[in-house]
Amino acid sequence: MPDLLQLTHIRKTFPGVIALDDVSFSIRAGEIHTLLGENGAGKSTLMNVLTGFYAPDSGGLQLDGQPVRFASPRDSLALGIGMVHQHFMLVPAHSVLENIMIALQGVPLLFSRRQQRARIEQTIEEFGLDLDLNAPVWKLSIGAQQWIELIKLLLRDCRLLILDEPTAVLTPQEAAKLFQVLLRLKQQGKCIIFISHKMREVMEISDRVTILKKGRSVTTLEKGEFDQKKLAGLMIGGDRIPEWQKSLPFSEEIVLEIENLSVRNDRGLADLDNFSLRLQKGEILGIAGNGQKALAEALTGLTRVESGRVLAAGEDITRSCARSSYIAGIAHIPEDRKAIGIVPDLSLDENLILKNFRAKCFRNGVFQSRSAIRDNAEEKIGQFAIKAGPPGSPVRLLSGGNIQKVIIARELSEQPAVLVALYPTRGLDIGSAEYVHKVIADGASNGMSTILISEDLDELYKICDRIAVIFRGRLIGYADPTSSSRAEIGLMMSGEVSA
Amino acid sequence: MSLAFRVEKRDQGSALFRSLTIIASVLVALFVAGFLLLAAGVNPAAAYLEILREALGSTYGISETLVKATPLIITGLAVSVAFRMQIWNIGAEGQIYMGACGATGVALFSGLEAPLMLPAMFAAAFLAGGLWASVAGLLRARWQVNEVIVTLLMNYIAILLADYLIYGPWKNPDGYNFPLTAQFVDAARLSEYFNTRLHSGFFLALFCALAVYLLMERTIWGYQIKAIGSNPAAARYAGMKTGLAIFLVLALSGAIAGIAGFSEVAGLQHRLQHGLSPGYGYTAIIIAWLARRSALGVIIVSLLMGVLLVGGDSLQLSWQLPVAFAYAFQGLILFFLLAGDFFINFRLRRVKEDADA
Repeated sequence: MPDLLQLTHIRKTFPGVIALDDVSFSIRAGEIHTLLGENGAGKSTLMNVLTGFYAPDSGGLQLDGQPVRFASPRDSLALGIGMVHQHFMLVPAHSVLENIMIALQGVPLLFSRRQQRARIEQTIEEFGLDLDLNAPVWKLSIGAQQWIELIKLLLRDCRLLILDEPTAVLTPQEAAKLFQVLLRLKQQGKCIIFISHKMREVMEISDRVTILKKGRSVTTLEKGEFDQKKLAGLMIGGDRIPEWQKSLPFSEEIVLEIENLSVRNDRGLADLDNFSLRLQKGEILGIAGNGQKALAEALTGLTRVESGRVLAAGEDITRSCARSSYIAGIAHIPEDRKAIGIVPDLSLDENLILKNFRAKCFRNGVFQSRSAIRDNAEEKIGQFAIKAGPPGSPVRLLSGGNIQKVIIARELSEQPAVLVALYPTRGLDIGSAEYVHKVIADGASNGMSTILISEDLDELYKICDRIAVIFRGRLIGYADPTSSSRAEIGLMMSGEVSA
Repeated sequence: MSLAFRVEKRDQGSALFRSLTIIASVLVALFVAGFLLLAAGVNPAAAYLEILREALGSTYGISETLVKATPLIITGLAVSVAFRMQIWNIGAEGQIYMGACGATGVALFSGLEAPLMLPAMFAAAFLAGGLWASVAGLLRARWQVNEVIVTLLMNYIAILLADYLIYGPWKNPDGYNFPLTAQFVDAARLSEYFNTRLHSGFFLALFCALAVYLLMERTIWGYQIKAIGSNPAAARYAGMKTGLAIFLVLALSGAIAGIAGFSEVAGLQHRLQHGLSPGYGYTAIIIAWLARRSALGVIIVSLLMGVLLVGGDSLQLSWQLPVAFAYAFQGLILFFLLAGDFFINFRLRRVKEDADA
């Protein structure tokens, strides 16, 4: 029996860029096949070729041994290839049911809502998912939104499911649940292409792993042939990884103090409830558990605080807007880079001064000083190893990792006393992620305190001095990564134990 | 062998390529319009020569073209300032009228003398246009009321308000009951040149273009306008006050459009009359759109429109072509310019049947 899908010598170029050079691999029925590669290795382009968004310049696809060409995403979907994108394709204002119905095929013009509903509910039940069909999508958690995308594909009888970094946005519990469903699908004979940067997941779930590097498929390894070290080695190849060391013990001086902070979300529920926290100078404090995001937003002035106080170096900054928080010394690496981190149509130079464009050194009166702005950009490009395009080109053309570097360069340029970083390495490859860790660690040794919010426990363990665990909006306690085990923190996150 | 094509995104084209595309678009539009002329029994080549001769072939023609381009440049700039922030000011037409009313009020009733009169009229027009637009700005910034609807509807109010003044309180008592205000005194008129209708309003328009260029490209205000236009969330997060910026930009846009009203009454018509603007405010939207980002672009597109307006008039006289032809002609040029835009951003590529090639 031929493999379900075979790719031979796929090549795809864009003006000025070779996105895919030579990619060949095959996918068997009933396997979970992981694609591993750094940012810019060509994973996204490859997926767009598989789903019919792009036609390859050369090379071919064979489905069940037959050559196929996809002129549009509709063609590939019709042949049973479906994808859960990193950015979901949902209508936020519509209900779950309506969002799923959009994707259904063969629904008559005048349809029985009840019949369709029953069909959808059956699938939801089959996989033991927890989903309210009547809820509007915008109210759902990211994890639940992902279930919708998955159900859409299952209802269309897709044979090959592509998941692009599905766990990047999930909590550990949600991710575990997802893996159960994926294993179930595998037993039913479906194939899954899984893309992830998290090595542990890759080890846990993959039957085979194909490694992409610079637009080429390096090799495909069977289960048992690979371990974390080997995969990382293949993925990085000869690339240099920045080296860094954890800083010396931090001082006792308290730079940021949160007292009895409460924050309510859109639904009126408490995201933070009487939450208190102390951050010491030069410390990297990890935050684990629900309510992380509300904390970051409250700290950076993006969310209204219900009650409580935030003190920076003894000064009350609770009710200031983002700008005055910044002046008070809090820098912020936001969760959603493209949505609030950058101004996509402005150039790299202009994005680097977004927060301090009013600074005296960047202007003469009301006129901007172009040479100063350019000099600043050149300095940052060198200092943070940003791969910049031609001067003046819009920053949206940069890769995700480079955009993250632009944001970090900008936020750290004022030597902030406190950095609040949300998921700073999400979606970044090993090299870029290490770079971010190095910057944070270097900052710490210069006296900068960091609040690191991450759902990746490995990341927290690796870099943090202490880990504060939140449960139901309250601080459960601090864990010491050198002495607490993952299981202990896991228990704290579920509110079982207080350390 | 089949002829299948695929659309691909293109790199940012060079400035030369962009200019060539615009020229090519105009030529294609001329070619297609030629068939319309043939159908009307007119030799296209002769007609085009006529347009060029009329609009550019004499001192008088050139002066008329510049006269027509003047309000278009100013309002085009007004609209484009707001466009840069993704604010759609559809109300330039009404703002012209309000500016004209403001200037006229000062001219007729202030009794000021020569050196002060024109600056006072200018200031009144600037304020009237700005205040008029700031209503939409306030509604948008404070209560998220769509500025397209508000600015558009306020056009009708402004035009009717001007009519009320002309037919009512401001009507010239010695005007045999014609719906016109009294003529302005000399102190309230812009100087004219070369014994034509060309007036200093044209130079005022060029000055406005320079000012808008400096504002948008060189100042921290322009920087904020562009940042908010491209990503309001990021701008807010960086500490910019987006609500205030929306209010101020709409007010500024209206104020610039008000200058066009000043230039028309003080430079050309020397009184307030019905039909002051034959839709300059609407044409300005198209001009701002075609010129995209640059103040220089607004000048060039406005001059092109001026040629068409002046040349189109002459076609009516020489060949008794209906006035609709001039509009059809304008429409075709716009159509092909927009199509040309597509080729600036995308390229067509032949799809090869042979997958291994």
